[in-house]
Amino acid sequence: MQRLSRVVIRFAGDSGDGMQLTGDRFTQETAAFGNDLSTLPNFPAEIRAPAGTLPGVSSFQLHFADHDIITPGDHPDVLVAMNPAALKANMGDLEPGATIIVNTDEFTKRALTKVGYTQSPLEDGSLTKYSVHQVPLTSMTTEALTEIRESGELGKKEAERAKNMFALGLLSWLYHRPTEGTLTFLQQKFAHNPVLAAANIKAFEAGWAYGETTEAFEVSYEVAPAPMPSGTYRNITGNTALAYGLITAAQRAELPLFLGAYPITPASDILHELARQKRFGVRTFQAEDEIAAVGAAIGASYGGSLAVTTSSGPGIALKAEAVGLGIMLELPLVICNIQRAGPSTGMPTKTEQADLLQAMFGRNGEAPLPIIAPQSPADCFYAAIDAARIALTYRTPVMLLSDGYLANGAEPWLLPDMTELPDLRVEFAQTPAEGQEFLPYQRDPDTLARPWAIPGTTGLEHRIGGLEKQDGTGNISYDPMNHDHMVRTRAAKVDGVHVDDLEVDDPTGNARVLALGWGSTYGPIAAAVRALREQGHEIARAHLRHLNPFPANLGDVLARYDKVIIPEMNLGQLATLIRAKYLVDVVSYDKVRGLPFPSTELAAVFRGALLDLGVAA
Amino acid sequence: MTDTVDLGLPSLRDVPKTRVPQKAGDFKTDQEVRWCPGCGDYAILAAVQGFLPSLGVARENIVFVSGIGCSSRFPYYVQTYGMHSIHGRAPAIATGLSVSRPDLSVWVVTGDGDALSIGGNHLIHALRRNVNLKILLFNNQIYGLTKGQYSPTSEPGKVTKSTPLGSLDYPFNPLSLAIGADATFVARSIDSDRKHLTSVLQAAAAHEGTALVEIYQNCNIFNDGAFDAVKDSSVRDANTLALQDGEPLLTADGKRGVIRDEHGGLRLVDEPNLHDVIRHDATLDDSSYAYSLSRLDSQVTPIGVFRAVERPSYDALMAEQLATATSTAGPDELRKLLHGPNTWTVD
Repeated sequence: MQRLSRVVIRFAGDSGDGMQLTGDRFTQETAAFGNDLSTLPNFPAEIRAPAGTLPGVSSFQLHFADHDIITPGDHPDVLVAMNPAALKANMGDLEPGATIIVNTDEFTKRALTKVGYTQSPLEDGSLTKYSVHQVPLTSMTTEALTEIRESGELGKKEAERAKNMFALGLLSWLYHRPTEGTLTFLQQKFAHNPVLAAANIKAFEAGWAYGETTEAFEVSYEVAPAPMPSGTYRNITGNTALAYGLITAAQRAELPLFLGAYPITPASDILHELARQKRFGVRTFQAEDEIAAVGAAIGASYGGSLAVTTSSGPGIALKAEAVGLGIMLELPLVICNIQRAGPSTGMPTKTEQADLLQAMFGRNGEAPLPIIAPQSPADCFYAAIDAARIALTYRTPVMLLSDGYLANGAEPWLLPDMTELPDLRVEFAQTPAEGQEFLPYQRDPDTLARPWAIPGTTGLEHRIGGLEKQDGTGNISYDPMNHDHMVRTRAAKVDGVHVDDLEVDDPTGNARVLALGWGSTYGPIAAAVRALREQGHEIARAHLRHLNPFPANLGDVLARYDKVIIPEMNLGQLATLIRAKYLVDVVSYDKVRGLPFPSTELAAVFRGALLDLGVAA
Repeated sequence: MTDTVDLGLPSLRDVPKTRVPQKAGDFKTDQEVRWCPGCGDYAILAAVQGFLPSLGVARENIVFVSGIGCSSRFPYYVQTYGMHSIHGRAPAIATGLSVSRPDLSVWVVTGDGDALSIGGNHLIHALRRNVNLKILLFNNQIYGLTKGQYSPTSEPGKVTKSTPLGSLDYPFNPLSLAIGADATFVARSIDSDRKHLTSVLQAAAAHEGTALVEIYQNCNIFNDGAFDAVKDSSVRDANTLALQDGEPLLTADGKRGVIRDEHGGLRLVDEPNLHDVIRHDATLDDSSYAYSLSRLDSQVTPIGVFRAVERPSYDALMAEQLATATSTAGPDELRKLLHGPNTWTVD
């Protein structure tokens, strides 16, 4: 047995091979074992893309370690390739010495030809740089299931389909993962079909036994649990954390939660999750379209619910007019954009953060709203609560920018102390005293929020709408001076939203280069900075959670550094905003490949910046 | 706060009753009404303000939601809660409000362009879901606020600013559309017939689920006289078919009547044998009867309630699901949710 500090495994196969499930189970086992971890699911938009083709390859990458890690890893140490397409699609990410486990049963002439191999890579010597294990996964699985098949209740196809569990069993043995969780999971998943339950469990056990008895794997590996802050943990994806954050916010605000949503990748899982949680008084409304989804949320907000709409870029584009109405009505609304690669339909299952300027400016007229972005899967929980806080306190739509990588990626989450969750209660406007007039647009002097006057309250009958309103009364007004005043007031309200100062990670205080990011680039940026520091370099790092308004100290922070580098998965959108507002000539490093940055790539970029300044050799 | 009492109107079961009797004047606002002089909207506004007190529900529990267009200014002139929203989206906004607040009586005011063109999708989906909304569709067969383009209910060949050579569009019949979308309540009335309009509004208010009321509304600026056939006292009796449950389907002058045709549909005939004339029944579950009635439009204009059938409202179904689910929640439910089934502890 050999001890390792960290391992990156990638399971890859056809989109029907169950790679996401396999990866998810390995993740759960790894979480239960106590490693720190980070995951990257990567799958095609097609539900069942043509079998055996490159576009049909689905993969799940997991990075786990005996120490704190923040990215899913750049290069897999182990690639499990269920067919030639999976091998070909993922070879480029492997470094010499990596382990490849291939399912030889699928390396038929036909399957090889389909992806353009004229010769089998298993035989032509092209894989000599790697440690290749040729395992007939499919036939070993069906063989292990012979007894069950003889009962006549399990067909050949069904038996073959359990090969992902055989692979999981083998990998679980190789890395000493605890298996109880997977066994319980399989029992529950196939509770309705005992034969399938038995088959999958048998395949899993056979995979484990194969690892133990074969001599093909000389060593197995141990990755010790990571020392993590004390407390209770669970594993969580970004979308689940976001859904839980919304429920928690509603509970802490003592308001019913209303979600208006239309199915869209990669946001639908939030709708699914909230639809399961009706016991918290959650109303989910699957609308006829994106506009109805946000419209219904606005209606629910008017009625006193904590209202939310969730979508992705194309859906957010459709909602734009209604969001403008929300800004005019000055009602609380949380809009979640789980960004994906655009423009137009783009690449639905691939990640990107190119909707920042859409969030900032994607509406007619001067229509600002606060923008908040989580930095990791678990952080989606806190970002959702913060978005609700701002929406409720300032009576405004708030945009939360997550993305596909955060949505589907998972990490351990140190569960919060329930008593320390913020109090989000707000007061509805009350019936005015005798002789007092109710003014729907009379503002709180601190927050500039207007009263939240919900129908059903005696004496507050009033009309609101999308037309410009007179300050105070809310009556329709076309008065030029009033319009100028109202536009500036709405802007001032958003500018005045309280956000925490930006924290800068600069251990010595002597760094001259600042790496600045927002959203899901946190992991790769922080990992790159960490790697450079280990090499003795000084570099500062900061991550923006609030994109509008920016933290009050951002200008000062920018001024402290000779060079500011902003890596983004877009063509420099944050850089554009910062240049415009602070007149600082930041360096934009951008890539739009539908995948998170490899941290090694960012480390090289940051190192280049240090070299330019002459502070690195 | 007000008390909740059973008013005998299924749609208003959960809406608090008013403590003091209200009058039409209680539903007038201090806002200057800005429709064109002579507009049919004035008559509809007066009819609504005159009818609302009869509901007996608290004024603060009534909400009018509108979209964009001349008709959509309506909420500004009614002293209840109101929202003048964006073009076509009022049914969607009202859906969110209605399902989350069963204690409100929610009304949608819309026009032919707002409801049937830009907002057509929301209208049909509100109808099929049977959300507890009362939708007043002011149909003037023209775009008024944008100054006179043809609308989705304008007749083919209509010459307007945007169709100088005549419109090529085949129009929607709003009631056929609603019935096709499985609406549970469909009715038609006329702006100038206050008594009829009031009775239709009352039937709509009582209905649980979506009630669609098409109101023929004269735009005296851009489409004056569009409904003269049913308004002009010299011809209206010949052209109007008043629908009353249990009564024979005869034009007001008694000269024409509706009989069953050989294919199972309806046919308008002159001087019918009274024995053959169909008696109206809005409660028929099979919507083909109401649909056939709506298709008589080219020869005669039926007014009144075409269809009024019972089907649980979306609001009631959602409330039931929610009540069942919330009853299972324990005191420590949120912590349990966040923790989930698989946690581990680090000391």
